[in-house]
Amino acid sequence: MVNPVTEIKKPVLRIQNLHVSYDKNDKGKYAVANVSADIKKDQITAIMGPSGCGKSSLLRALNRMHELYPNIVTQGKIFLNDVDISKLSNIELRRKIGMVFQSPNPFPSMSIYENVVAGYKLNGIKQKKNQRDEIVEKSLKDVALWNEVKDALHKRGNFLSGGQQQRLCIARALAFQPDVILLDEPTSALDPVATSKIEDLLIKLKKNYSIVLVTHNMAQAARISDYSMFMYLGELVEYGKTKDMFTNPSDKRTEEYLMGKFG
Amino acid sequence: MEDQKVIVDKLSSKSKDARRKASNGIFHGLVILFSLITITPIILIILNLVEKGYRQINLHFFTQIAPDSWDAMQAISQGKLIPGGILNGITGTFMMVGMASIIAIPLGIMIGIFLYENGNKRYANFIRDITDILQGAPSIVLGLIAYLWVVKYITHGFSALAGAVSLAIMMLPLIIRPTEETFKMIPNTIKEAGVALGVPYHKIILKVMMPTGLSGLMTGILLALSRVIGETAPLMLTALGSQYVSFDITKPASAIPLLIWNFYNDPNLVNLIWSSSLSLVAMVLALNLISKRIASKRK
Repeated sequence: MVNPVTEIKKPVLRIQNLHVSYDKNDKGKYAVANVSADIKKDQITAIMGPSGCGKSSLLRALNRMHELYPNIVTQGKIFLNDVDISKLSNIELRRKIGMVFQSPNPFPSMSIYENVVAGYKLNGIKQKKNQRDEIVEKSLKDVALWNEVKDALHKRGNFLSGGQQQRLCIARALAFQPDVILLDEPTSALDPVATSKIEDLLIKLKKNYSIVLVTHNMAQAARISDYSMFMYLGELVEYGKTKDMFTNPSDKRTEEYLMGKFG
Repeated sequence: MEDQKVIVDKLSSKSKDARRKASNGIFHGLVILFSLITITPIILIILNLVEKGYRQINLHFFTQIAPDSWDAMQAISQGKLIPGGILNGITGTFMMVGMASIIAIPLGIMIGIFLYENGNKRYANFIRDITDILQGAPSIVLGLIAYLWVVKYITHGFSALAGAVSLAIMMLPLIIRPTEETFKMIPNTIKEAGVALGVPYHKIILKVMMPTGLSGLMTGILLALSRVIGETAPLMLTALGSQYVSFDITKPASAIPLLIWNFYNDPNLVNLIWSSSLSLVAMVLALNLISKRIASKRK
């Protein structure tokens, strides 16, 4: 079933010896310890693991989100299409790597339209109006929200349901046409119907985008991901094709986690 | 088990039920009584002001400057209304409160943001304590300070600027704390959404956080305004008062509360205190109502 073309494609992200520590002074304690992995292009990679295993920390290292918190120290190298991400400016990096959070967080003071193009607007990137209209329409169509909100584009998004808001947030990330989309447990605050809509959406989106998904829901990882990482205590225990990992885990800890013995 | 059953029986017995209803009724009555006691003075104040002041309120009252004592005496002896109004007070109040806002609002919001960003650092806690102390400082002391700084060294005489500075110092803590509280209430994920789009820090504050918390900021600002608009003591030591409409910030200026004080001290003008007070109370009430309206909008 695996498309041979994707097999040859270069990895979109290469993580090399990544360490993340939440305490500047305590050098021995890592939230993410020595993780190296290649994230495949145009695939969904799921990061699984019990709470506190470092999966969110790993994800947030990928777009240097940690810079917001001066206590967090990141070591190691991450390459996006062979470019060291520490050499990119914030805006360059985050145009190429979009992020969606656990709870939907559209900007409450902005309309739906403004939310989608918020990245352009807030960064002062000038565009013509029809160009902007196009981006809004395309992004909202990509997340299957266009038909639901096209008559209310200039209203604030607070009448939207949680699932719609989360799709709006995905649209906001897509507006930049990124290479990679990071999702940090995007469905954990949503009901099952909204969750399955987002899952369908992600499967559709992987045609054009590489997706990295943090989830504590094993079934979700099994349903939609092509590759899976299993992390435990900051360590990358196992990384491989989702099918292989779920049917035949090579590490005992992975097996126990998948069997529900802990986590 | 037996014991529990007994208790349940006792609780549900009829006499207990009646007693509970009675005590509930008494408590209910007390709550209503006390709230009536609380609002009665407020209503009486407003009624008194209206009763004694409404006769003087007309267009002239807002478009003419304060009369001098002689004219007022003649008008009274002829049984007419006292001529003139409080225009010099209104312009002075607007000018000084306006200048105080220009000084205090940006500064207060910036300090509020600083406190929000630096949470529990020792320096932020220090600033927070100082802010609380400033909020409790008697207003006449702030007037003295403005006298010392501005009247003595900058304008070399009583001036509107000095009045504005004393009001600005009063406004600062009233803006700082609500700003900090408002920003704290905005979920951190909103800020992170901005960071994830590569937005620079100052733009996240200005274009994401401030619009999101706008109603909270406005509430703080309006309450601060309504608080200082009626301040008298610091203005006596700084702006002094003036008989004319003056927009020169280096010259003395009047204000509505100062006029009330002047009217009170002049037997011929003393009748004007009611209508002046009524106008002042109306302005403060309006500001309060607007800020309530804005605050309820955010929910």
